[in-house]
Amino acid sequence: MNYVELTYTQVALAALLIVINGAISVALRLGLERSLLWASMRTVVQLLLVGLVLEWVFRLDRWYVVLSLATLMTLIAGVTAASRNERRYPGMWLNTVISIWASAWLVTAFALFVVLQGIEKWYQPQYAIPLLGMVLGNTLNGVSVGLSTFTESLVTRREQVETQLALGATRWEAAREPAQHAVRTGMIPIINSMLVVGVVSLPGMMTGQLISGMDPIEAVKYQIVIMFLIASATALGTVVIVMLSFLRLFNKDHQFAPRQLTP
Amino acid sequence: MADFTEPHRGASPSPPLLAAVELARRDGDQVLLTGVSLEIHARDRVAVVGATGSGKSLLLRALAFLDPIDSGKLLWQGREIHGPEAPRFRGCVMYLHQRPALIEGSVEEILRQPFGLRLHRDKVFDRAAIIARLALVGRGESFLESQQRDLSGGEAQIVALLRAMQLAPHVLLLDEPTAALDAQSTAAVESLIETYLSEQPTQRAAVWVTHDRAQAQRVASRWMQMRAGVLSEGS
Repeated sequence: MNYVELTYTQVALAALLIVINGAISVALRLGLERSLLWASMRTVVQLLLVGLVLEWVFRLDRWYVVLSLATLMTLIAGVTAASRNERRYPGMWLNTVISIWASAWLVTAFALFVVLQGIEKWYQPQYAIPLLGMVLGNTLNGVSVGLSTFTESLVTRREQVETQLALGATRWEAAREPAQHAVRTGMIPIINSMLVVGVVSLPGMMTGQLISGMDPIEAVKYQIVIMFLIASATALGTVVIVMLSFLRLFNKDHQFAPRQLTP
Repeated sequence: MADFTEPHRGASPSPPLLAAVELARRDGDQVLLTGVSLEIHARDRVAVVGATGSGKSLLLRALAFLDPIDSGKLLWQGREIHGPEAPRFRGCVMYLHQRPALIEGSVEEILRQPFGLRLHRDKVFDRAAIIARLALVGRGESFLESQQRDLSGGEAQIVALLRAMQLAPHVLLLDEPTAALDAQSTAAVESLIETYLSEQPTQRAAVWVTHDRAQAQRVASRWMQMRAGVLSEGS
C-alpha cells in the first residue's frame, strides 16, 4: 500500500471548505450556521471515535467483539429507519430493527462465508465491519423509504383499501397495491445507483481502495460485489418491513386498522 | 363453516340473515357502540336514524365485520363469523360507503375490477345485466365509457351500487347513499335499490343509514334509532 498519510494539519485545511458553506448561509440569510457548525463537529467527533473503536476492534480481533459492534451498528440503523417515519404504529421500531437485522446480516454472512472464501476467519474485522456498514447504510434507506411509502399510501388510499375489503377482498388483496408501490419505491435508489455507478459516481469504497494504491481492476471487482450485496439486502429489508407492517395493520379478520397509524 | 351460498329455506322458521348480539366497541375510554342487538330478515328494509356522531356508520361497519369488535357476536344465518370467512361474509353483507371510492378508469373497468378478487373469480361480468340496470336510472350503454374523474357525485354512487349489485349480496348496508345528491339522483338511487331488493325478495334485505326522515319513510319498513352508541327500536 502506498498513499500519503494525512497529518491533522492537513485535515484542518479541508475543514476550511466548510467556511464556504458558512459564507453562503450568511450571505443568503439561510440561518444554517449553527446547524452547519454542529454537523461539522459531529462529523469530526463521530469519525474520530469510530477510528478509535475500529483500531481497538482490529487489534483485539475476537469474534465476540466484532459481533457486539455489528449488533450495535444494526440497532442504530434500525432505530434510525423508524425515527425518520412521519407515521408510527405500535411495534414499528421492533419491525425496522428486525427487517434490517435479518436482511443485512444474511447478505453480509453470504459475502463473508461464500463470496470472500480467501479470508482467514469469517469475522475478520477488516472485511466484516466495513461490509456490514455499507450494507446497513443502504438497507436503512430502503427500509425507511419502503416503510414511509407504505404507511403514507395506506393513509391516502384508505377509502380504496376499505372499499376493496367491503367488496370481499382478502387483506392481502386490499393491501397489495400499496405494498407493491412501497417495495418499488424503496428499491429505486439502489437501482439508480447501479445504473450510473462508475459513469456518474465513483463509490466511496472504490475511491478509498484506489487512493490506498489498489489495482483499479481489483478495486472494481470489490465494488461489483458490494453493489450486489447492497441491492439484495435493500430488496430483502424493504420486503420484510412492508410485510411486517402489513401484518400489524391488517388483522386475521381481514380488517384494516388505520387507527393504529398515528402521525 | 357457515353456508354462504343460499339463505335457508324450509319448514322451520329460518334464522335471520344477519344478527348482531350485544355488539360493543370501544376506543380507549370512549364507548363507540354498546349493547347493539339487531336482526335482519329477508325483505327487511331497516332505516337507522340518529344525530351525527351517534355511531350510525360505525354500526354499519361493525355489521360488515370491517372493524374489530370488542364484545358480542355477529351471526350470519345463525352462525358466528370467524376471521377466515370474513371476505366471503362481506360478499354477502356488503357495506357501501357514503363517498364511493372508485378506481381510476372507465365505468366498465371499475365494474370489472371486483372480478379480479379471489372471492368473485368464478363469477363473470354481465354487461347486459348492467345495461338493464342503467336503463332504470335513465342512462345508456355509453355511460360505461365514462371516466371516473368525470362522474358526478350521483353517478359515482350509481356506479358503486352497480358494482356491489352485480356481486349479488344478500344484505346491502347503505351508509347515507344519497346524502350529497340532488332530488333527481336520490330518486334514481332509491329506485335502483328497491328494484334490486324486490328481484329476489326472499333472499335480500337492506339497512339504510339516513338523516332524512322523509327518505326513511319512503324506503323503510322498520325504523331504528341510534343514540350515543346505543341502538333502539322505533323512531
